[in-house]
Amino acid sequence: MSPLNIEKGSSSHSAYDLRSHMSDTVETHTLAVLVQNEAGVLARVIGLFSGRGYNIESLTVAEVDRAGHRSRITIVTSGTPQVINQIKMQLERMVPVHEVHDLTVEGPFVSRELALIKVIAKGEHRVEALRIAEIFRANVVDSTLQSFVFEITGTPEKVDAFCELMRPLGEVRLARTGVAAIARGV
Amino acid sequence: MTRQMTGAKMVVEALKDQGVEVVFGYPGGAVLPIYDEIFQQNNIRHILVRHEQGAVHAAEGYARSTGKPGVVLVTSGPGATNAVTGLVDALMDSIPIVVLTGQVPTFMIGSDAFQEADTVGITRPCTKMNWLVKDTDQLSDTIHQAFHIATQGRPGPVLVDIPKDVQFATGIYVEKPQAKVAHYQPRTKGDPAMIEALVEAMEQAERPVFYTGGGVINSGPRASALLRELVAATDFPITSTLMGLGSYPASGKNWLGMLGMHGLYEANLAMHGCDLMINIGARFDDRITGRIADFSPGSKKAHVDIDPSSINKVIHADFPIIGDVTQVLEEVLRVWKARGSKTNKAALKTWWGRITEWRAVKCLTYKNSETTIKPQYALERLEALTKGRDRYITTEVGQHQMWAAQFLGFEDPNRWMTSGGLGTMGYGTPASIGVQIAHPDALVINVAGEASWLMNMQEMGTAVQYRLPVKQFILNNERLGMVRQWQELLHGERYSHSWSEALPDFVKLAEAFGCKGILCKDPKDLDDAIMEMLAYEGPVIFDCLVEKHENCFPMIPSGKAHNEMLLGEAETKGVIGAEGGVLV
Repeated sequence: MSPLNIEKGSSSHSAYDLRSHMSDTVETHTLAVLVQNEAGVLARVIGLFSGRGYNIESLTVAEVDRAGHRSRITIVTSGTPQVINQIKMQLERMVPVHEVHDLTVEGPFVSRELALIKVIAKGEHRVEALRIAEIFRANVVDSTLQSFVFEITGTPEKVDAFCELMRPLGEVRLARTGVAAIARGV
Repeated sequence: MTRQMTGAKMVVEALKDQGVEVVFGYPGGAVLPIYDEIFQQNNIRHILVRHEQGAVHAAEGYARSTGKPGVVLVTSGPGATNAVTGLVDALMDSIPIVVLTGQVPTFMIGSDAFQEADTVGITRPCTKMNWLVKDTDQLSDTIHQAFHIATQGRPGPVLVDIPKDVQFATGIYVEKPQAKVAHYQPRTKGDPAMIEALVEAMEQAERPVFYTGGGVINSGPRASALLRELVAATDFPITSTLMGLGSYPASGKNWLGMLGMHGLYEANLAMHGCDLMINIGARFDDRITGRIADFSPGSKKAHVDIDPSSINKVIHADFPIIGDVTQVLEEVLRVWKARGSKTNKAALKTWWGRITEWRAVKCLTYKNSETTIKPQYALERLEALTKGRDRYITTEVGQHQMWAAQFLGFEDPNRWMTSGGLGTMGYGTPASIGVQIAHPDALVINVAGEASWLMNMQEMGTAVQYRLPVKQFILNNERLGMVRQWQELLHGERYSHSWSEALPDFVKLAEAFGCKGILCKDPKDLDDAIMEMLAYEGPVIFDCLVEKHENCFPMIPSGKAHNEMLLGEAETKGVIGAEGGVLV
């Protein structure tokens, strides 16, 4: 039996690259996941994403119902429709997960992020920073002679835009919470 | 009535409450209090294995042959890490297992204490659910939850990690009915409208096929009975995955044999050419589908699965039905009868005509030898000489496993225990022990390859200790046969590390363990040797020297479609392309 000619570089493909998907369009979805607030639940959810190769663009978590021991995880993820569907199904079947809502398909929703932005600037740049902050309705929550800390709430795009405008004015340090989202109406 | 007791006592109480009869385990520092309780009671039998991996596979064998959850008790650190392979094996094959691990005392967790490991961290992706119990008051409730979750919905392994101080401390015992299990109640009843639509499609189908899997077996014996009734009512052909063998009898007239990479020609071509595929409790594994783009291109597909995430994961389902196989099949049969359904008889006759032609190819034909035992021949003789007996088969992983699936016939569910999803070499010996514990009077045979068998051969000590007459039927080709086959087909016959240069003398090994060894190398002696094995009342290691270079056919090479399968040596030239080469 003769040896087979394997093309150079063929092993660089993942086995799963050969699979066809229903659609190749990558979509971004915001998921709200209500979970039992217990030890390891966040590790479980994150482990699902890393173990199965899904993307996490943003993830926030906090307890929302102390008496009921419920936490709400808001995840922004991207993938083909088939992958998004798998993510939801895989989340739903986890034992400590109570509910999974795909806010992107369930109707209009509000999504906000909070950011604290420290700008270290001098002279005119300080004035300019304050002027831009006013336009963006950002609050000054700390001030020294060398720096401001602004608090801004909004969509991730708004936070991005604000940061981009601040960067030329001085050194920018940034803390962002990630997206929290909830459906509009009742 | 509230009952106070120590955590260690609670463990035994909770197991008793759950109806557990057997625990497979291995003691160690962090579980000594529980072992002390086990010593002082007679309700639960403890089987001392020789390695923690063996404990989990034995529990899997027990679970798969009985339908009841298997229970494992091991110590912290290495005890838990050794159990990991078994946990993933059970996760991939959906086997209900409850593993209890000891842990260092709560006040020492995180201090790198002796035999400390982050067991819940390590096993989180290896289990359906796991818990670290830090409070004795929570212990019994958690164990009851563990049993509930292991057995409800899609079954799977769970793990409860119990620190030693929690075992010593006293707390309140929660009885099974009071346990907090309500929030985990998977859906078991299929969507009636979708079932109706499926029945309608079944009435119109011209080239239908049932494709069944391990879900039928996991759903219980009633599912197999209903499946047989449905096949009889429709006269549709039926094939099954490796995991589902026995749900429909191999002697049944509609049986096409196993499908998949080493499945039968008629089964794979029926899958490729069908116009209605009815998947019941299978998950479109890559060993089944081959190249996705060319998987059964002309068919509508129904998919019955208790796990919603299985549906549309790999293959789009036209009739997705989320539910327990038993309940869905009951409903399908009810609707079928209520509608007075009739199949398209003329089309079905033509379809069966084509299947008959495919069957005539006789894809399992092999070239026998007068001088060397062919592995297929050995299994044919084993089948002939054990047919009709109360028989359970376990296997290891590799060529022998595929030949066993091809050449042994299974008439009933729960008779065939093999590592499907994970493909764990070393599964079969401990699994055979678990099966024999559950069925002391049955004939339990582990069909093995010598390489796999060596991976957990220490469990022969367990077999001898508990007088378990398991028969280790080793097809010894002195090779890692499946690896060798792939190297021949794909890697230019460069047999890199796929043979053992120093194999033990299996007969002497058997004697060293205190069991019987039989060596057979001549086809003329085979029948007598097998009869000798069957007649012996204790455990036997049967060293069957077989042809060293036999390849397993039929075969769908990686990255190919069902209709591109190879039937024999003549067709293997240049078969696996570059794309297929990167698959496993």
